[in-house]
Amino acid sequence: MRHTISVTVENKFGVLARVAGLFSGRGFNIESLSVGETLDPSVSRMTIVTRGDDRIIEQVIKQLRKLIDVIKVSDLTGTSFVERELILIKVKAKESSRAEILRINEIFRGKTVDVSPDTYTFLITGDQDKTDAFVRLVKPFGIKEIVRTGKVAIAREI
Amino acid sequence: MQMSGAELLIQALKDEGVQIMFGYPGGVLLDFYNALFGSGLRHIMTRHEQAAAHAADGYARATGKVGVCMATSGPGATNLVTGIATAYMDSIPIVALTGQVATHMIGGDAFQEADIVGITRPITKHSYLVTKTEDLPRIVREAFYIAGTGRPGPVVVDLPKDVLSGKGKYSRPDKVEIRGYRPSVNGHKGQMKRVLTEIRKAKRPVIYAGGGIIISGVAEELLLFAERNRIPVTTTLLGLGGFPGDHPLFLGMLGMHGTYQANMTIHSSDLVIAIGARFDDRVTGNVAKFAPEAKVVHIDIDPSAISKNIAVHLPVVGDIREILSSLNNLQKDEEPVWNEIRESWLERVDQWGRERPLEYDRTSSQIKPQYVIERLSELCPDDTIITTEVGQNQMWTAQFFRFRHPRTLLSSGGLGAMGYGFPAAMGAQFAFPDRLVVDIAGDGSIQMNIQELATVAQHNLPVKILILNNCFLGMVRQWQELFYEARYSSTCLVSNPDFVKIAEAYGVKGIRIDRKEDVDAGLKEMMEHEGPVVVNCIVDREECVFPMVPAGAATNEMMFSSKKKQAKKLRAVK
Repeated sequence: MRHTISVTVENKFGVLARVAGLFSGRGFNIESLSVGETLDPSVSRMTIVTRGDDRIIEQVIKQLRKLIDVIKVSDLTGTSFVERELILIKVKAKESSRAEILRINEIFRGKTVDVSPDTYTFLITGDQDKTDAFVRLVKPFGIKEIVRTGKVAIAREI
Repeated sequence: MQMSGAELLIQALKDEGVQIMFGYPGGVLLDFYNALFGSGLRHIMTRHEQAAAHAADGYARATGKVGVCMATSGPGATNLVTGIATAYMDSIPIVALTGQVATHMIGGDAFQEADIVGITRPITKHSYLVTKTEDLPRIVREAFYIAGTGRPGPVVVDLPKDVLSGKGKYSRPDKVEIRGYRPSVNGHKGQMKRVLTEIRKAKRPVIYAGGGIIISGVAEELLLFAERNRIPVTTTLLGLGGFPGDHPLFLGMLGMHGTYQANMTIHSSDLVIAIGARFDDRVTGNVAKFAPEAKVVHIDIDPSAISKNIAVHLPVVGDIREILSSLNNLQKDEEPVWNEIRESWLERVDQWGRERPLEYDRTSSQIKPQYVIERLSELCPDDTIITTEVGQNQMWTAQFFRFRHPRTLLSSGGLGAMGYGFPAAMGAQFAFPDRLVVDIAGDGSIQMNIQELATVAQHNLPVKILILNNCFLGMVRQWQELFYEARYSSTCLVSNPDFVKIAEAYGVKGIRIDRKEDVDAGLKEMMEHEGPVVVNCIVDREECVFPMVPAGAATNEMMFSSKKKQAKKLRAVK
């Protein structure tokens, strides 16, 4: 099962390597990982998406907590939280399909951030279902390149 | 007052109470060694950095304090790796100080540069790369605190040359505050009460105690707990000495080379109480068949140890010192409860002990290695510290030496590092100059750090090295005999040196024992000699360690001899 784990860590060099090493050393896979500073500049937040059965996830969380530079670990999966991902996607757009591609983008409330005679580049945000759906829909036209930020997530207040 | 980084480091080490450190100098450490000269901090130069790390580990295991080792950048630091990994696997507090090239050269493939923080990341509890001289006192304080608290472990502090030569002010923080590290955990009271309920319900309980008993210094609490509840106790290799070896409730070590009694008891129990242990594969054998009828209680300070290898029914996370004393307190006014069923359980357990005690051929005219260890156990003082190398020598020691006190057996359990015993014995002997310290070695292992004879000769350090010499890498040979049709590939040590002459070349006393009737006299001569001694004891070449639970088998599927038939049967299991 897929889990979204939110981790606050000391904002120091080497911390990402410790976290990444913890996963790779045990053969656990990271599906996506994003890091950024929090309001407190000495603290960073990592949002890690990983897959595994309950035992593996439990180990991941316990091992994360053991790292000295890790301040707090919460498994958001199973709680109420908002998650978003941003993708930049460059789609091949021939004369005949340009209008349709733009329409799809409109439905997904994407932004057109670059245009050329035979491509469009869109910016799409949303949860993974939405971004995946967009990618699926424009795939038949031909995707030249795609860049994803990985997910960021935040717990809901109520 | 402005001090150099090297001086700050020495002051910081002194303020941590460091009395002795083990190390090896080198280019980037010249400032440190210059400041060390005449500083009053005792430094022992080993002849290989690996020995410095093991000596710091041996010092830590023998004393319970944090051990300190040092090595220069690059190859010096990488030579520490085996020692750091050993300490990590066995939760031993050491601080490893490594030299590093100057900060502006890091990453440029400078001479003797290695990313030691990166290399040791998976085998340290934590590590630091110091980038500013004035951070040194705080970082040293934190390093010792992290190494020695919670589940202990090694901490690496990497020291670039310019950090050691730079100037800064000394200010030692009053206390350590690390927001991501809260090591002292009190056990959950409700869980503890549940443990007592389980004990009352249990008909066939057993305590399985690990190295945590030694680390936490709870041997007395454990004894009280086991006696009051009348529960038999087995320990891991690292737990030996945590329960009196001659106590009627003691079953001996469990696991791959554990006693029949311990393994049968665990296998048949309905309640396993694991304390400060981690269900290592050498203990559990096939996890699917481990203690199949038992509920498992696990008391440990490390939450990640719970249910890692074995599903635990009742975890109690916390400092076992606090938990065991709470359990004892909760029971203080209680009438001890055990009933007839429990009496018959203890009777059954005793019966296993009588059925198959640890055995070897006592009538053999050859020197059996087990005999040598039994005699040593008999003849040596009660407070003797034993270290071992790794392999048959280690297992026979665990089986046939009677450990009565904590911190009297120092052995590389988790990592199983050959070459550990001799330098660890040096560390223990420096800590306790008046006690007898014996490294029980094999002829293979001893050659992995034999250069340290120069160190013991230099200091006239009275470490005794007892080599059980079978001219084989005995444990690997045993597996080849049992599971690989006795094809002794690369295990026959045909060109061993004359260990007596080697010792003498270093100015160390050498003794050769090659007749059974000379064993006692030889051991006595070893013990009575005031300086270091190497004993070359020629033992039966093809003796095996039994009982043995083959890899992948259940703990009740033990083999007791190398008879072809049984070996064949168990080969199928493997």
